[in-house]
Amino acid sequence: MPTPTLSRRAAVAGAFSLAALFSVPAHAQETFKIGLIVPMTGGQASTGKQIDNAIKLYMQQKGDTVAGKKIEVILKDDGAVPDNTKRIAQELIVNDKVNVIAGFGVTPAALAAAPLATQAKIPQLVMAAGTSIITERSPYIVRTSFTLAQSSTIIGDWAAKNGIKRVATLTSDYAPGNDALNFFKQNFTAGGGEIVEEVKVPLQNPDFAPFLQRMKDSKPDAMFVFVPAGQGGNFMKQYAERGLDKSGIKVIGPGDVMDDDLLNNMGDAALGAVTAHLYSAAHPSAMNKEFVAAYKKAFNNRPGFMAVGGYDGIHLIYEALKKTGGKTDGDALIEAMKGMKWESPRGPISIDPETRDIVQNIYIRKVEKVDGELYNVEFATFEAVKDSGKTKK
Amino acid sequence: MTTVFTILFDGVAYGMLLFVLACGLAVTLGLMNFVNLAHGAFAMAGGYVCAVLVNSQGWPFFAALPLAFVVSAAIGAALERMLYRHLYTRSHLDQVLFSVGLTFMSVAAVDYIMGSSRIFIKLPAALEGQFDLFGVGIGRYRLMIIVICGLLTVALQLILARTRFGSRLRAAVDDPRAAIGLGINVPQVFAFTFAFGCGLAGLGGALSAEILGLDPYFPLKFMIYFLIVVTVGGSSSITGPFLASLLLGIGDVAAKYYVPKMGPFVIYTIMIVILIWRPNGLFGRSAAR
Repeated sequence: MPTPTLSRRAAVAGAFSLAALFSVPAHAQETFKIGLIVPMTGGQASTGKQIDNAIKLYMQQKGDTVAGKKIEVILKDDGAVPDNTKRIAQELIVNDKVNVIAGFGVTPAALAAAPLATQAKIPQLVMAAGTSIITERSPYIVRTSFTLAQSSTIIGDWAAKNGIKRVATLTSDYAPGNDALNFFKQNFTAGGGEIVEEVKVPLQNPDFAPFLQRMKDSKPDAMFVFVPAGQGGNFMKQYAERGLDKSGIKVIGPGDVMDDDLLNNMGDAALGAVTAHLYSAAHPSAMNKEFVAAYKKAFNNRPGFMAVGGYDGIHLIYEALKKTGGKTDGDALIEAMKGMKWESPRGPISIDPETRDIVQNIYIRKVEKVDGELYNVEFATFEAVKDSGKTKK
Repeated sequence: MTTVFTILFDGVAYGMLLFVLACGLAVTLGLMNFVNLAHGAFAMAGGYVCAVLVNSQGWPFFAALPLAFVVSAAIGAALERMLYRHLYTRSHLDQVLFSVGLTFMSVAAVDYIMGSSRIFIKLPAALEGQFDLFGVGIGRYRLMIIVICGLLTVALQLILARTRFGSRLRAAVDDPRAAIGLGINVPQVFAFTFAFGCGLAGLGGALSAEILGLDPYFPLKFMIYFLIVVTVGGSSSITGPFLASLLLGIGDVAAKYYVPKMGPFVIYTIMIVILIWRPNGLFGRSAAR
């Protein structure tokens, strides 16, 4: 008899699905899932690796249970391709039922996931991408990295006040590069400086030679540089090859170019470059020394600013959970994160309650040799810098 | 005025580099009629071999360069015997799919072994910096590239045109059946040529790390440049790709210097104009195949 068999099967299937239905919420109360979407392959892979490392380190140090919840991180690689980010975010939210999506190596990736965070009403924690507009794209976005405006305006102010009059700019032609350029220009010219040459370099640029020659011929006091993290090394080598260091043209810029991750491989060409940024592995606080030592021990590498963005990101999730007493509701978590203040390896930071963006100290640093290794040594501090990309509006 | 010469010099160095990187492809694509999009992977292999030897093993740079050639050539020879030769008679689409697959595998493998960040080769101090020659800034490293690549080009041309091996190769390409009939070991000639082309790419990869940057995505990033060199130059000789490389190198550098806003487009515009004017490239044979 075929019919009873069928119904028996249906009954079994039904029982299973019922069991599944009941077991899911029961399970979800115990684990708090973080969907971590970062580039682990492709040109931006070092960003993803640093963030992943930092989160692993934090969870090793602080344990994986907070406010009665077991924290589970689901790591996904989007290769910094926005289409992937969106698809992965959707899968994580719908299938894995994550409580938070986090990571986001580049701006387009963060923007691609923003509508999903709004729709699902879950926090989207940006740990890397640095364009100003990101936090405005969803009321559920909180950022623990930085904005380019923060470091670019500060270096513009600093340059204008420290005897640099004529600057040539060399920036990569994409959103963060243009952001960096515009904010620098705005503050530098307001302070009385002059831009003598402006060159935008294509993002996939093999050889800096012609652009550097142009810089050299315009004879500026300094050149303002923003290139994506990976290209910084090539840039500095060719800068030295062309003898720009000897002709007295200083390199200034936001600190991305002098990422701790790459700095030591750049060679002595990088010595003396002055940049403004949120983090240096040489930041002289007890907490940072401990952080750098633990990171080096675990991963045999120096942490960079991306690692700190990840470290603070996971810390923010832990603290928000403590504050809500284990409530995992997205709105409650966002409320808890707003205005949160804490001491990070980079120094004191907080989340601006109005913009959900990070407020942090920006340090002016100079590349120097410490114990035979190159470090960004901080020598001036601008305290509690907000994202001027938004405050100006 | 002297800037013009500096630009010209940089352009020539860049062009020479493109030539060494791409001439192996000109040989496989043009002479052996095999579409090998994995060419850049051999260049990358050479670059990484040189980097590991110099940075971790403490070899001098000039000793590591020949080894970059040898290792890439050996990898090329091994792959040719194991994989490539089965595809000589297949359609171009099969060859493209196969070699693109190989490229992606090489990218993933290098990423896994060496990490994804850019690496640099520690250069001897003698190669760093610039010196002034009648007011023209000459980069030492770039001068070395021009010298090495110039010598290679002359040597290649002589081998192809004057030696017995060169005439065997040309015979094997023009009519493999007749060549076999005359007692030329065609598969062996092809294998040797292929390996030599890979070795050149490896040398180019080692030389280019300083200027183009070396990371696991090298084969994908520069595939387009190699193909431009070969298509613009035509594939009947190595003179074509050589002149094409110089033209593209100088054109690219000059355009980026004088019109930075338009710079990146110029190299492609040159390619389109030349291909409309001469669809088979500058020195292409006219529709022989």
